[in-house]
Amino acid sequence: MANTVAAVDTAGAAPGKWLPAVALAWLIPGAGHFLLKRNGRGGLIFLSVAVLFLLGIMMRGPMFHPQTGDLLTTIIYCGGFVGDLANGLFYFLAVWLGYAQPDVAGHVHDYGSKFLVAAGLLNILGMVDAYEIATGKKN
Amino acid sequence: MPRLSLSHFEAALVFSLFSSIVLGIVTKKTDRERLRYGLRCFAYFVFSIFAIGWLMYLGHG
Repeated sequence: MANTVAAVDTAGAAPGKWLPAVALAWLIPGAGHFLLKRNGRGGLIFLSVAVLFLLGIMMRGPMFHPQTGDLLTTIIYCGGFVGDLANGLFYFLAVWLGYAQPDVAGHVHDYGSKFLVAAGLLNILGMVDAYEIATGKKN
Repeated sequence: MPRLSLSHFEAALVFSLFSSIVLGIVTKKTDRERLRYGLRCFAYFVFSIFAIGWLMYLGHG
């Protein structure tokens, strides 16, 4: 019963309450937590996403570009693109400053590519956490 | 930008460390619970690395 009430409250939360924190969390990893005065958690999320992204770039990991074809190709390339894009400003800076590498063969490049996507997925977890804090679902 | 080359084991350890930190932060409610969950996740990751590594080694023949 309590869960149902909480779910209804969260669904009814005005976008103005959570949108700035979630948008900021996407753009700058951990910044949504800073906005909500959770500085320690925000700092750790920023550190984790930034280090993974930086290592991915230093390992010359290529970015995914959306590509369709058979189901597996669509899932891998579109999913990978969403994962890369979830890095927010890091992604745009890497592309604009020319750090997006061409896709070349090699296991280190492959690890780098996965690091870039993993950093984005961790940032999505941070965005969800910021949303839950902003809507009062979590302290 | 300096070039970095990590082995599969090193890459898996780095990934495990930062994933565990974020998982600990977003899933639990108190700092103590977060620390414990993060450490537990990291231990599970490392255990899985060795377990799956040995499985692949033995399965490969």
